[in-house]
This record gives sequence, C-alpha cells and structure tokens, in this order.
Amino acid sequence: MSFKLSLRALWDRRPRRLPAGIPLWAEIVGVLAFFSLPWIFRAIGLATSAYWLEVLNTVGLYAILALSLNVILGHCGMFHMGHAAFFAVGAYVTAVLNLNYGWAILATLPVAGLAAGLFAAAVAGPIIHLRGDYLLIVTIGIVEIIRIALTNDIFGLTGGPNGLMGIGRPSIFGWRLTRPWHFFYLIWTGVALTLILFHFLEHSRFGRALKFIKEDPVAAEGIGINTTRLKLLAFVIGAVWAGFAGTIFASRMRTISPDSFNFGESVILFTIVILGGSGSQRGVLLGSFLVMGLPEVFRKFQDSRLLVFGAALVVMMIFRPQGLIPPRPSKYSLPAPWDRYDGATPPAPGGGRGPGESPPWGKGGTLKGPVYRQSLAPTDTRGPLGADGAAKKGPSGLSPQTGGRDPQEES
Amino acid sequence: MDFFIQQFSNGLTVGGIYALIALGYTMVYGVMKLINFAHGELFTLGAYVGFTLLVSFNFTGILGSALGIGVAVLLVSFLVALAGHLLERVAYRPLRRSDRLAAVVSALGASIFLQNAIMLNWGAQNRAYKADLLPNVTLRFLGQSVPLTRVLIFLTAVAVMLALYLFINRTRIGMAIRAAAIDQGAAKLMGIDVSAVIAVVFIIGPALGGLAGLLVGLYYGPINFGMGQLYGLKAFTAAIIGGIGNIQGAMVGGLLLGLVESLGAAYISVAWKDALTFVVLILILVARPTGLLPERVAEKL
Repeated sequence: MSFKLSLRALWDRRPRRLPAGIPLWAEIVGVLAFFSLPWIFRAIGLATSAYWLEVLNTVGLYAILALSLNVILGHCGMFHMGHAAFFAVGAYVTAVLNLNYGWAILATLPVAGLAAGLFAAAVAGPIIHLRGDYLLIVTIGIVEIIRIALTNDIFGLTGGPNGLMGIGRPSIFGWRLTRPWHFFYLIWTGVALTLILFHFLEHSRFGRALKFIKEDPVAAEGIGINTTRLKLLAFVIGAVWAGFAGTIFASRMRTISPDSFNFGESVILFTIVILGGSGSQRGVLLGSFLVMGLPEVFRKFQDSRLLVFGAALVVMMIFRPQGLIPPRPSKYSLPAPWDRYDGATPPAPGGGRGPGESPPWGKGGTLKGPVYRQSLAPTDTRGPLGADGAAKKGPSGLSPQTGGRDPQEES
Repeated sequence: MDFFIQQFSNGLTVGGIYALIALGYTMVYGVMKLINFAHGELFTLGAYVGFTLLVSFNFTGILGSALGIGVAVLLVSFLVALAGHLLERVAYRPLRRSDRLAAVVSALGASIFLQNAIMLNWGAQNRAYKADLLPNVTLRFLGQSVPLTRVLIFLTAVAVMLALYLFINRTRIGMAIRAAAIDQGAAKLMGIDVSAVIAVVFIIGPALGGLAGLLVGLYYGPINFGMGQLYGLKAFTAAIIGGIGNIQGAMVGGLLLGLVESLGAAYISVAWKDALTFVVLILILVARPTGLLPERVAEKL
C-alpha cells in the first residue's frame, strides 16, 4: 500500500471549496467553533451541557465507525452489514486487558485494533469472494455469532449477558479523562484524524484501486489488480479502525454488554453511510449527525421517535437515493501527480511510478504506465442511473484526458 | 430414539415455518433483486393480527375450533398481503430504478417503521396465544406420540408450499413470475407486465409470511414485536442456503435449517442454537457460493 505523497502535493490537492460552494475559510471557522463548543456551552451557562456533549460524543463515535465502514462499503462497494462485530472485538479486548491484566486503556488501543483486524482477516478470508447479497447475509451472521458467543461467556472472559463492568478511564500524560468534555476532545480528535487519514487513503493508489473494484471488478481484475487481496485489505483496515473505536467506547461507557453490538447497531452504521452518501466523507459525517444526533433533539416524542425515523429513511431514499452529499465524480489529471511533484523525470517506458513506489496490487511490473493511467480515470460512483442528473454535469466519466490542470479531487 | 423423533418432528415444523417466510424473501429477490428487510415485520404483523382475531375477537369461541382458525388463516393472509402490497407501493416502487443500496436502506427504514408501529399498536410487552386454540391431542405415530398442533402446522406449511409450487409452475401468472425473475427486460419485451408481476409477488410473499406468523403464535404461544427480526434473518438465511431466487431452494433451505437448529439445540447446545444457523450458512456458502440449488436468476454483471 503506498500513499506516499509530498507535502507540496498535499497542498496542491487541498480542497478549495465545499460542494455547496462554501469557501474553505468558512469551513475552518466552523470546525474551530465546533471544537470550542464545550467552552461555548459553559459561557452561556447551558444547564444540560453535559447531556449535549454526551450526544455529540455518541455522534463522534459513530462517525468514526461509519467512516471506517465507508472504506469497505462506500469505496470498495462490499455489502458489509456486520461492522458491529469488529467494534465488539475491540471493545472486549480493551475491557478484558484492562480488567484482568491491569493494562492502561490507551495501551490496549493498538492491541484492540490489531485483534479486530486479525479477526476480520480470519473471517473475511473465506467469504470475501461472495457476491453482494451473499456477503451481506454472511456479515450479518458474523455479528450474530459474535453476539451469541459473547452472551455465552466465551473463554470465560466476556462475562456473559451482563457483560463487563468497571472498565477504567484513559489517561494522557497522567491526566485522567473522566468528564464528557474530556471525551469530547478525545473522540472528535479521533474523528479529525480519521477524516484526514481516510481522505488520503481514498486518494492513494490503494483508494483508487478500491473504487475501480467497486465500479467494475472484472475490468479491475483484468488490468492486474488483485481484487481479492485489496478487498481483504480494505476489510481489515475498516476493522482495525472499528477496533480502535471499540476501545474508546469501552472506556467511555465503562460497562459493555453483548447488547451494545447487535445487528441493529450494524444496521445503523450501514444506514449512516448510505443515507449520508456512500463514499463521501462529508456525507458520512452529516449522516452521523442526522442518525445519531437528530433523534436526541426529538426525544420528547419518545416512543414514536423510531417510527418517524423509519419513515424518514424511506422518504429520504425515495427523494435522494444517492445520499445527502454524494461523492463528486472525481477526475484525475495526466500525468499522474506523483510524477510531477516528486520532481521525477518523465516516466520511463513501462512504468509511471516515482522511484521506490510499488503498486499495491502486486510485486510490480504487472501494470504498464499508460494502461494504469487511463483505466484509473474517473468514475461516477452513482452509475448511469444517477437520479438527479448531477452526474452529467461533471466531465464525462470515461474521458481520461483532462490536460495538465490541477486535480480537483474532492470527497 | 423417542427423543430423536421428537426433535426431528419439531425441526420439520419449525423448518416449515422458516420455509414459508423464506418463500417471501426468495420470490421478491427473484423478481426485484431486493432484500425485503421488512418481510420479518410482515411476519410479526401476521402473528399480531392473528392474536387480535383469535384471542381478542375470540373467533374460535364463536365459530368453533376448526372453522375459527380457518377463517383466521384466510383473514390474516389477506390483511398482511394488503400491508405487503402497500409497502411495495410506498417504499419500493419509487426506488425501482435507483441504486440497489438505496432500496436496501428503504427496506430497513420500512422495517423499523413497521416494528415500531406494531409496538405502538399492540404494546411492548409479550402477548400470548391461548393454549387451547387447537385441541391439545397427541397422535400415535409409529409408536411415538406427536402433538397434533405440530402435525397440523407442518401439513399446512407443506400444503401451502405445494399449492405455490403448482401455481408457479403450472399457471400463466406463475410463468410470468419465472420469466420476470430470469430477465426483466426480456420479459417486458414478451409483453409481460412486470409491475403487475411484482405486485403479485408482493401479495403472495407477505400472505405466506403472515400465515407463518399466525402458525408461530399457535405453535409457541407468546409473541413479541421484535420477533420478526430473528425469524426474518433465519428465513433469509434459509433462502440463501437454498439459492436465493429459487423457490424450491427456499423450501429445502427452510426445512434443512429447521432440522439443523432443532437437532443442534438438542444434541449440541441450546445456548448456541442461533449461532449454529449462521455457522451452517457460512460453511455452505464457502463450499457453494450461490447456495445448494442453482440460482434461477441470471447473474447481474
């Protein structure tokens, strides 16, 4: 996997405007305002500030999870409705290490991610080749198996149906995180990191290869992409991230039980990604706010809240089947950016890669430069049936030549 | 041996119920390539409508046991079919040309909506069918005693499946359904009204699902607004095991799953019963990635 990019390249690739035409500085101000919310709440003396911070923490946690699912479902197009399983593995690894072996919470973070990743690699290996709906039901099955295993106190470690209680708090440099606003900064820093990391992942060779697999697995295989391996890799990356989220969840809640990781949770994550706009980070973020935050605003309606939620999902899908903020059709300029920004000499015949970079889908040499560039040209993730005709606004999906203009990739 | 016969007959009965639900999934999938996640809730709706008819309206008390249940079966099937038809009109028809994932989320939304509508209407606590709705008799069969309820439910399921099999394979409408399942475009060119086919499928499927709900109520007694989720998942698993889109496959898959679950619970572990279903699913799909029987639908590239 190579997403090595020079700083110059990063700067040139920075998004300049939001899709709606909001300038970047407004977005920066918005982010800063969001991160000062705990202080704003305190300044205006909001009595329920702790409650609203908890709501925002939940939104943030689900945003991290949904963004990691987005790699699998949105970018790679695998119908994966079992993300709660990896989340559960991370949370339980943290809880067990902390309770039984006295590990510090943050020390368990890498282990939780690793465990979730290994678990994903083990279970996804034999099923990764399954077609869409078959994969969907199998991933649901994995969630159910995990939930039942946890309920049955597997290995005598998971505490059965009651779960595990009294999980410790994380501490950073001796500062113990206990209050909602502590977690607010922890979680939303995590969200920011996730956004940045997955943004670059999406625009790396790996990310583009995933998109290609989503659009046309046969053609992707045809030009030498090892689709099985890359799909598995996407699965593992998403799972590792869900494992990290599990660590944060366990230390925030202090109590975890199998019920926190059921099929319903997976459905919520799936819904967030599709509702927000599969493959679009901004969309997924907005989806997390709508699905996890909005019901809290309408808490006074109590029982009928979920009724309205279900109906709203149907209505939303009818009117915006591509999601609220669908990803823009991306364009890629020629020559490939790393050739220009690395200051490399024009590509030698037979390879357009910078020195020392090997393609993610093989030992190198499987692909020749020109084939590679044209075939990774632009995709419209909505396909020809995009409902609102927006697909037609962008450059036609199949023209690889956009000249030497700056790449305008945005998520 | 006695124990085995009991578990085996129980497995067949539960399997018959799974098969009835699975038929709804597989028919809808065959024609629309859509996983109807709300199907589990239609099943629950059937159980609750049956509860209202049999317990609140006391059909069996007024009409007698056999006639009362017969009328209830017909009414439940009719009402749930109506609900299924409405569901298709409201939640799926507008999405027929959209991305498949959008339709899946719409189905999930419809499922959440129906589940909560059922909860708000009938309450969140368990409801129970009365135990004396069917005569509490045991039949002697090959030296074994098997409860009459079990036999009746199994026979009902088999009879309905047989009727469906004949309907699909021997009538013009059935032929249209098969044609639409194989290739919608070609079916349209042949003059088949695919919208009408989908409407028919969304009447038959929910009717069978609702009937299954009623049978579960009669068999077990207690019903719950959330029960459709697990039954739905298992029935969908059964449909996948049999090869989704394949009607005979759903019947075979349902019966197989019922047997595996019943025998697994008896001989392996009750606590792991539900997990066993999915383990079997994964094993079968690893060996045969498109289910046991070949898929009827052409692969969409």
